[in-house]
Amino acid sequence: MRDNTTTHGKKRLVKSFFNAEHIKAWLYLSPALLFLLLFTYYPMVQVLWDSFFHRPYGADKELFVGFDNYSRLLNDENFITAVKNNFIYAIGTVIPSIVIGFGFALCLTQSSRFKNCIRSLLFFPTLVPLVAAAALWMFIYFPGIGLLDYYLAKLGIQSTDWLGSPDNALYSLMMLTIWKNAGFYMLFFIAGLQGIGEEYYEAASLEGAGWWQKLRYVTLPLLGPTSAFVFVIALIHVFTHVDHVIVMTLGGPMGSTNLVLYYIYQNAHEFNDLAKATTATVLSVMVLLAISFFSIRTMERGIHYES
Amino acid sequence: MNLKKYIGAAVFFVLISTVAIVWSAPFLWMITASFRPHTFGGLDMASLWPNFVPTIDNYRMAWESTEFVLYYINTIIIVIGILAVQLVTITLAAYAFARLDFPFRTFLFYLFLLQLMIVPPILIVPNLKTMVTLGLYDTLIGVMAPYFASAFGTFLLRQTFKSIPRDFEDAAVIDGCSWFQVLRYVLIPLAKPALIAFSIVSVVAHWNEYLWPLMVTDSPGKRTLTIGLASFTRGAEGASEWGLIAAGTMLVMLPLMLLFFAFQKQFINSFMFSGIK
Repeated sequence: MRDNTTTHGKKRLVKSFFNAEHIKAWLYLSPALLFLLLFTYYPMVQVLWDSFFHRPYGADKELFVGFDNYSRLLNDENFITAVKNNFIYAIGTVIPSIVIGFGFALCLTQSSRFKNCIRSLLFFPTLVPLVAAAALWMFIYFPGIGLLDYYLAKLGIQSTDWLGSPDNALYSLMMLTIWKNAGFYMLFFIAGLQGIGEEYYEAASLEGAGWWQKLRYVTLPLLGPTSAFVFVIALIHVFTHVDHVIVMTLGGPMGSTNLVLYYIYQNAHEFNDLAKATTATVLSVMVLLAISFFSIRTMERGIHYES
Repeated sequence: MNLKKYIGAAVFFVLISTVAIVWSAPFLWMITASFRPHTFGGLDMASLWPNFVPTIDNYRMAWESTEFVLYYINTIIIVIGILAVQLVTITLAAYAFARLDFPFRTFLFYLFLLQLMIVPPILIVPNLKTMVTLGLYDTLIGVMAPYFASAFGTFLLRQTFKSIPRDFEDAAVIDGCSWFQVLRYVLIPLAKPALIAFSIVSVVAHWNEYLWPLMVTDSPGKRTLTIGLASFTRGAEGASEWGLIAAGTMLVMLPLMLLFFAFQKQFINSFMFSGIK
């Protein structure tokens, strides 16, 4: 980085906004900034503002209602269910997919023709549209004749109502998510593992460390930044992808697969309750902001690390 | 000792292959089912074994039952449109962040990074309102616009520009190059790997996108492949229609699938240093 500010600091400060370099910088930034303003910063402010207004059914004007929308939202059983579901969905997908991705990476770190081929196969689900994955998994879960029941029957296991029962549906969606993302997270762990110098393992071997001890005391601590980075991406994923809910279950049966973003979509798109959708958006943005606040450094380091 | 090593390698080989096959089962099924004759009946629909004479009937029927051509064209326009604008905005912004000195640079940079977290799908409701106001509802531009700026691309390219020694540009400037020529003939060629990686990730992300196009378009003429596939899937009822759905799914995935198997290494490397779409 060039840093002229310290050498002739005061002079630059006086010239401040109007020197050619600054104008050039603002000019180059302006296209990106314009779109960020329109579609990221402004909507964040707009939803917050809108969440204090409500147009009752039949009224022709929006009324200021204070925190009314918030209390309406928090008293909406469907919303509470969606939050609970999202919480279960988050824990039940983030942790397993990271653990599986890490396991894959441990097996496939060294490159060879065979391992590269396996890597590609495990990674491939990441590339397909979530809608396509959902279509395939709908058949996998098809009662009786679907892929899962068909092969489980050969093992003598009776057919299960994977998507039709409120007890199973969310977990069935979670399996799809884990399948789709584990291979993606694997890539980051492979990159991380390849970055660990051989000398660490040699030193550990000299100390008489076994396989487990090397994993526990060398690999895991050195993968700290990678893991944190993967954790954050996985968490964001959980709040921003609901295509499979729309294709497979429409939030049902009995609200058991309703997730927050699906709730937002449904209220905006079907129920025409924009105030609720807006207010739920505010809460989601706040959750994501909180995650960003705690992880922006991690993200920056993470991307650094990968590149 | 040696024997133990061989057995270990063999066990590893068998285990990891099994996992990979199980992981690929949905795709194996898709391929098998899509070529299965329609009259084959429902009960053995799940069999992965191709015990039949393959037919392309499912593909023909899937192709005829929705507007695949239109959806392909729309999706291609969206993907290319987004990428073209992104490449301009991220290159300019990354150049500013990497090479120029201006007030609030760090603050602005973090403001850019915010888009890594507050990703467009979470803002569908207010953005929909904006599109209506701008008169972009139910247009392809409306589908593209929220993605025209990319924090991820800006970040990736800034890192790349920063890793290029300044001497190269200084030499070019001494030779009388304008800033645009410096960018065009020095920085961009050297940043090509990063630009390709970004392009792959961007194309994949937007080819696969569903929720936002679903929200912001209405008329059948503006729909994308994923929307077509979703309604196609939801419309199917009986087990015998699964061959059709498998073929439809295949049609939606095919372009990326072919690209992936042709440029596997490039894809894997791109996603390795990408993380955020």
